[in-house]
Amino acid sequence: MSTSTGRYQIISQWLIQIGEAGLFLLRILAVIPRSLRYPREMVRQVWFVGAMSLIILMVCGLFVGMVLALQLYHVLSIFGGAAVTGTVVAISIYRELGPVVTALLFAGRAGTAITAEIGLMRTTDQLAAMELMAVDPLAYVVVPRFIAGLVAMPLLCGVFCAQGILGGHLVAVSWLGIDNGSFWSNMTATVDVWKDIMDGVVWKSLAFGLVVSLIAVFQGYTAPSTSEGVAYATTRTVVASSIAILLLDFMLTIFLM
Amino acid sequence: MSVATMPEHQVLLRIRGLTTVLNGKKVFDSLDMDVARGKITAIMGPSGTGKTTLLKHITGQVRGDAGEVCLDGQNVPALDRKKLYTLRERIGYMFQNSALLTDFDVFENVAFPLRRHTKLPEVLIRNIVLNKLQAVGLRGAARLYPGELSGGMVRRVALARAIVFDPMLILYDEPFVGLDPIALNQVLKLIRTLNHTLGLTSVLVAHELEAVKQVADQIFLVANGKVVAAGDPQHIADDGSPWTRQFFIGEMDGPVPFHYPAGDYAQALGFSEQSA
Repeated sequence: MSTSTGRYQIISQWLIQIGEAGLFLLRILAVIPRSLRYPREMVRQVWFVGAMSLIILMVCGLFVGMVLALQLYHVLSIFGGAAVTGTVVAISIYRELGPVVTALLFAGRAGTAITAEIGLMRTTDQLAAMELMAVDPLAYVVVPRFIAGLVAMPLLCGVFCAQGILGGHLVAVSWLGIDNGSFWSNMTATVDVWKDIMDGVVWKSLAFGLVVSLIAVFQGYTAPSTSEGVAYATTRTVVASSIAILLLDFMLTIFLM
Repeated sequence: MSVATMPEHQVLLRIRGLTTVLNGKKVFDSLDMDVARGKITAIMGPSGTGKTTLLKHITGQVRGDAGEVCLDGQNVPALDRKKLYTLRERIGYMFQNSALLTDFDVFENVAFPLRRHTKLPEVLIRNIVLNKLQAVGLRGAARLYPGELSGGMVRRVALARAIVFDPMLILYDEPFVGLDPIALNQVLKLIRTLNHTLGLTSVLVAHELEAVKQVADQIFLVANGKVVAAGDPQHIADDGSPWTRQFFIGEMDGPVPFHYPAGDYAQALGFSEQSA
């Protein structure tokens, strides 16, 4: 009895959080016109969440492409299809691995930083100070970070995919000896710009960027004003973002297929 | 305690019948207070009595359940967001922890309100900020970050930021906490000098009686949700009420009890049943 009550409580807390995050999104949307007064802050945040995440994204993208090519080469060789390694690497990265891994890395690198930063700003009264200086913290702090996440995610995903394919090329062509011409020609013949690249790199990335940014700013803004509260909020950003990304990926794949 | 009524034109802040219940606890119970224009008013009282919450009512961060908080003729709880923000541009607020923006250096912290609310040319912003920093003696620290400053310097930067718009009212929340005697004297002198030279009205919440006596023109003692004593620093302790006696002499027991309300001690230890 008590176990089921506890389970219901956890579920109801999750539902309440989702509802509150939805209302928070509406507040963000309402404040966007006012936040356009702070273009410099928005550029600064795109730099912080986007450009500063480039190194980790590029390194991870390279290794994902390399390991993917290595695995696929050995499996495809069994069926005599090693020449299409590049194609399968590209499709896997564009459709799934690119947007999903980018979003997971983005949540870990930028999402946690956003949550911790906003949470600490609340703990140290910086948000209250802004309010008292007649500056809406929602417009000045929250919206620029939210928009920056939306802008940065597809760009980071594009870089991740390019690095992944470069990594695949390194392994397949330079190491395992697949013909360079067939690697590229098979890929360009099969990969569809609209179906594979637009759906994965653009639409999925935008959706993931929206969800991760929303979770990050929401958790930071509503974090209790204690060190423990900020720590929990940061953890919740990673956990909730990871679950949301994978769930959303499955749903989007159903719709986009 | 009833508040002696001042003529309307002398009053900058008038609070009438303020009643606030927070988390089931009555913080203010029909509180009345008049703050005179151009004066330094101190709000004192036992810890947890709601002094900072009272400041939050003045800035509109917290709204009471009943009563009026009239600042310069405007009832703060009734203002919409836009009017409230316009009013806040005329209020300076110094936080207990100073609340400087840690991403910005001292110069940018002081310039922050100017950059957000005006389109002044950079030269003018620079001159205003350096002028305010010179007033608090920290022009040389303009390019330091908050983490590089001492407690007293942080407090003075927050003061420079609070006066950058030449406000009509400045609110200080515990401005003397944690300051060494030198920094304390600097802050005291600044509060007095700025109030008189800029023609401000100052309201400060503090516990340090000696410091308050040096700077305040009027003291309100708030306890039990009301103003229990009011007067000038030299005579407020003379009214003979148990509140003033306990607070200003520092008696450990009195209207503010030493023991937090609890059940019977003997019963809690399990003695009452045995003795019966």
